[in-house]
Amino acid sequence: MTVRASRHARRLGRLLVTPSVVALLAWMIVPLAMTLWFAALDYRLLDAGPARFAGLANFAALLADPGFYAAVITTLYLLALALALSVGGGLVLALLLDVAAFGRGALRVLVISPFFVMPTVAALVWKNLMMSPVSGVLAWIAQGLGLPAFDWFAHAPLVAVAIIVAWQWLPFAALIFLTALQSLDSEQREAAQLDGAGPIAMLRYLTLPHLARPAAVIVMIETLFLLSLFAEIFVTTGGGPGNATTNLAFLIYQQALQSYDVGGASAAGLVAVVLANIVAFFMVRLIGRSLTA
Amino acid sequence: MSQIELHGITKRFGDHRAVDRIDLAIARGGMTVFVGPSGCGKTTLLRLIAGLEDPDEGRLLIDDEDMTGTAPAQRGLAMVFQSYALYPHMTVRANIGFALKLAGMARPEIDARVERVAAMLHLTPYLDRRPAALSGGQRQRVAIGRAVVREPRAFLFDEPLSNLDAALRGRMRVELRRLQQELGTTAIYVTHDQAEAMTMADRIVVFRDGRIEQAGRPLELYHRPANRFVAGFIGSPAMNFLAGPRAATFGAAEIAIRPEDLTVAAEGWSGTVTVVEHLGAESYVHLVLEDGAPLVLRSRPGEEPANGAKLRVAPVAAKVHRFGSDGLALG
Repeated sequence: MTVRASRHARRLGRLLVTPSVVALLAWMIVPLAMTLWFAALDYRLLDAGPARFAGLANFAALLADPGFYAAVITTLYLLALALALSVGGGLVLALLLDVAAFGRGALRVLVISPFFVMPTVAALVWKNLMMSPVSGVLAWIAQGLGLPAFDWFAHAPLVAVAIIVAWQWLPFAALIFLTALQSLDSEQREAAQLDGAGPIAMLRYLTLPHLARPAAVIVMIETLFLLSLFAEIFVTTGGGPGNATTNLAFLIYQQALQSYDVGGASAAGLVAVVLANIVAFFMVRLIGRSLTA
Repeated sequence: MSQIELHGITKRFGDHRAVDRIDLAIARGGMTVFVGPSGCGKTTLLRLIAGLEDPDEGRLLIDDEDMTGTAPAQRGLAMVFQSYALYPHMTVRANIGFALKLAGMARPEIDARVERVAAMLHLTPYLDRRPAALSGGQRQRVAIGRAVVREPRAFLFDEPLSNLDAALRGRMRVELRRLQQELGTTAIYVTHDQAEAMTMADRIVVFRDGRIEQAGRPLELYHRPANRFVAGFIGSPAMNFLAGPRAATFGAAEIAIRPEDLTVAAEGWSGTVTVVEHLGAESYVHLVLEDGAPLVLRSRPGEEPANGAKLRVAPVAAKVHRFGSDGLALG
């Protein structure tokens, strides 16, 4: 009786999830298959003739291109820098918010607000209002201190982009850390207090280990988004100067919509997918350890 | 000789006096148990002694030294928490040795002391595990080990056994008491369980609403409760309380009689048996008297009356506790 009922329930269950499975397949598999197909074509929008099958020629060209390796390095460098800034800054912010005695609610709203600013706007604000060597706030501060204004996008374009991205992700990191801090068992803190732990020891032996897990989650989620960073680069530097801020996503954009090379762009896109998977693999292993610990 | 002295300690939370002008001296080397219903202030008082809360009024002396405003770590007290509060990312070894490490003790000495305490608590095989890989009883022992290793002036126990199952709780009670006597360290033990208080204490302090109701040796409280509250709180099953004309014949507003001090008699109060609890070594007979007052009497096994039987019971006259209308015991 129960066996039949559960078999029936299982069939019904399969039937009910079918639409979403079909939709997911259509959304994922079809574009992926098309990208695979385009990557194997010599398909340029400016050529009059039909696209011809080119085998692995697009990949060979990509791997022979020094610009590609530069883009990979730029992608990873940007990722590391933005992660370090947002996780580090988020941690400090969360620790400060955790001890804030009054105005915590208002502070929290202020802290989260960068998250609501869309990337293009954030990048424009930073470019024109903060980092501009002529009219920017940072230049004004430098002047007030008697220092020469620093032209961020000319002399440290990658760092500038990383700062903008980190600013956008700071609230996310800070809020996750703050939530984790507030879930730290108060009796553990008291036990450490009786054991003679001062603020520094408390931070080192109790708080930071407790935050390892949320930190892992933050790194994982930010990595997913930062590997495909585009809008901030497009708005501020356009990949330059030279190709100093051209990451993989921007390289693909240049191939597809500036060189009109669909085949080359598809090949680069597939390589980016592989790269993202490699990074994700190591991230998950690294983080998996701290999650099971 | 007392080791910890409280003088007029008061703690308010808003308008509520959680601890209300407590004067208490805690004897050196003994086990003092704070007992009372939840919200009576016993845990708050323990936290005040530990330094986790600051009193609004009063003074705290430890070894004749004023420690009212001293930081918790400098008081030389070790506390065992109800949740154990083990550090989850540290091994058992690191958990036990944490205080010594913070105190700057040399590594070999820390190791030696941790090993010694672990052997005492049967934790040696688990030293390199983390708390998540331990059973409840083992975690409990780690928490105790963390307190013992510091060789503190006194132990503070905050309901340490309440998260264990009944069988383990019974064992740990005895083990904890044996350990404390072996070490000869002063201990304050907070519980809401009067049976735990009776079995463990050298001295019991009964709290209610932030005040001390009575303090004394366990059997002193059992045989001579100072008031109605203590009489009802200590002992299980609880005392039988009777008011009205039955109390008046003893010259009191209310009388209380323990179940073992009631006997079946030819002359006495008549009632009907409603429930008989067979516990093996003894039985408890629940009666309802003619006016509806409930009564419990202890009976030897094999002699208990049948359900629904009518019988007469009388108290052992010398064992009747008499209370005035203010709830205080009459001499």
